[in-house]
Amino acid sequence: MMEVVDNSYPGFQFSNFARNENLVAKGFPMPNSRKTGTTIAGIVFKDGVVLGADTRATEGDIIADKNCSKIHYLQPNMYCCGAGTAADLEMTTQLMASQLELHRLNTGRQVPVVAANRMLKQMLFRYQGYIGAALVLGGVDKHDSHIYSIHPHGSTDRLPYTTMGSGSLAAMSVFESRWKPNMELEEAKQLVRDAIAGGVFNDLGSGSNIDLCIITKDGATMIRPYDVANVKGQRQGKYEYKRGTTEVLSTTVRPIQIVAETVKKVTVEEMDTA
Amino acid sequence: MALEMMMSGPDYMRDPRKHQFSPYANNGGTSVAIAGDDFVMIASDTRLSRGFNIFSREQDKVFPLTPKTMMASSGCWADVLTLNKVLQARLTMYSHEHHDMMSTTAVAQLLSTMLYWRRFFPYYVSNILAGIDEEGKGVVYHYDPVGHMEKLTFSATGESVSQIQPLLDNQIGGLNMLGVKPPTMTKDLARQLIHDAFVSAAERDINTGDGIIIHTITKDGKTEETVKLRRD
Repeated sequence: MMEVVDNSYPGFQFSNFARNENLVAKGFPMPNSRKTGTTIAGIVFKDGVVLGADTRATEGDIIADKNCSKIHYLQPNMYCCGAGTAADLEMTTQLMASQLELHRLNTGRQVPVVAANRMLKQMLFRYQGYIGAALVLGGVDKHDSHIYSIHPHGSTDRLPYTTMGSGSLAAMSVFESRWKPNMELEEAKQLVRDAIAGGVFNDLGSGSNIDLCIITKDGATMIRPYDVANVKGQRQGKYEYKRGTTEVLSTTVRPIQIVAETVKKVTVEEMDTA
Repeated sequence: MALEMMMSGPDYMRDPRKHQFSPYANNGGTSVAIAGDDFVMIASDTRLSRGFNIFSREQDKVFPLTPKTMMASSGCWADVLTLNKVLQARLTMYSHEHHDMMSTTAVAQLLSTMLYWRRFFPYYVSNILAGIDEEGKGVVYHYDPVGHMEKLTFSATGESVSQIQPLLDNQIGGLNMLGVKPPTMTKDLARQLIHDAFVSAAERDINTGDGIIIHTITKDGKTEETVKLRRD
């Protein structure tokens, strides 16, 4: 029993593993985690990097969120797009953001993008692909502008342009035909928009809006949404119900009874400012 | 991994790996039909897909059978085409034999019989049949893939059925509401409900989108109308 409430061990808790395997063997299905079909992309341009993502989150064939955010903050000079298991992406990027911030405070200087890449790949490799996170990491540091693609098993590539998620082929086809070195900002934004739009319209797992994040040596700008690629359909009828449409079968009123009353005094404690 | 080994034994004791050909594909598609006193409307979305890919954005899934009858089919597109082809042949044979078109009730029964004939290797198809009956009234027949048939005044089938059917049950059937009577069906109301049902389904179901084609059958003939939906 104590093991269940003991939070002192770091890392994941595996104590339900054997029980769950047993349940599966007896025919009880495991609950599914929310895996999102996604289109994410990133490119290097003249003054920095542009990251892009769609905003659809799916649960099987159903759209769970029509405007979710897939570009995650890591550092003021670094953002990360995520595709895969929603919970893994959220927690992994949050963990990395805090680890990188501690690293920045310890070293007293801006964290280089290679460091974030190595920390992410080492964490993902340790979990052998069971953390279902496929990432496009982008950032600008004192050395250069960087785009990394990071796969769930921990392999990474440093590339001038990359895409990930179920819409990655649609998006990559746009990059392969139009990306070139040293593009201007406006041209770069348009290219990433078009790549994500390729995924939004041709991949059923991607959809809704297009978010962009532009990172230069002067800092990062999130543009959300950059483009509302799909307007919501307009219904022609009104579907409102008169009050009382739902039949009330019975009503009982129970007064709340005060059983006991206690007053606890709170003493003011001096804040530790040493 | 170690636990997996313990429970299923070492790999040489497990079943040999089997590779099987799957004769079915799911190509999506949703259909709705609503009948009135002297008309019937039948509509389907125009997206043809498999998995996360779109094959077509403008595929009508409603087929004309006789001047008074139409059928909407979705599911495995190969089976949709084959079923329709065989059904068309049977209708032609009937018209040659009887020098007349088959009635809607007869087509409905024929479809059920044809589906049940493939009881143990079924056509992977969801069907709705809509038509004008012998008395000039609109009717809708709903089928399961192995030939169960139900005569109704409205029905939805296909990929987004769980989004659309409850809306129709509530708005046309007037179910589970106090002091609400089911409305008398008009062409305007039927058109509005079909339009809104598909607009709502396209918002939340990844398989529904691109557009819909609404077919109307009356004693005077058939008309069709195209409506655009979101394309993502």
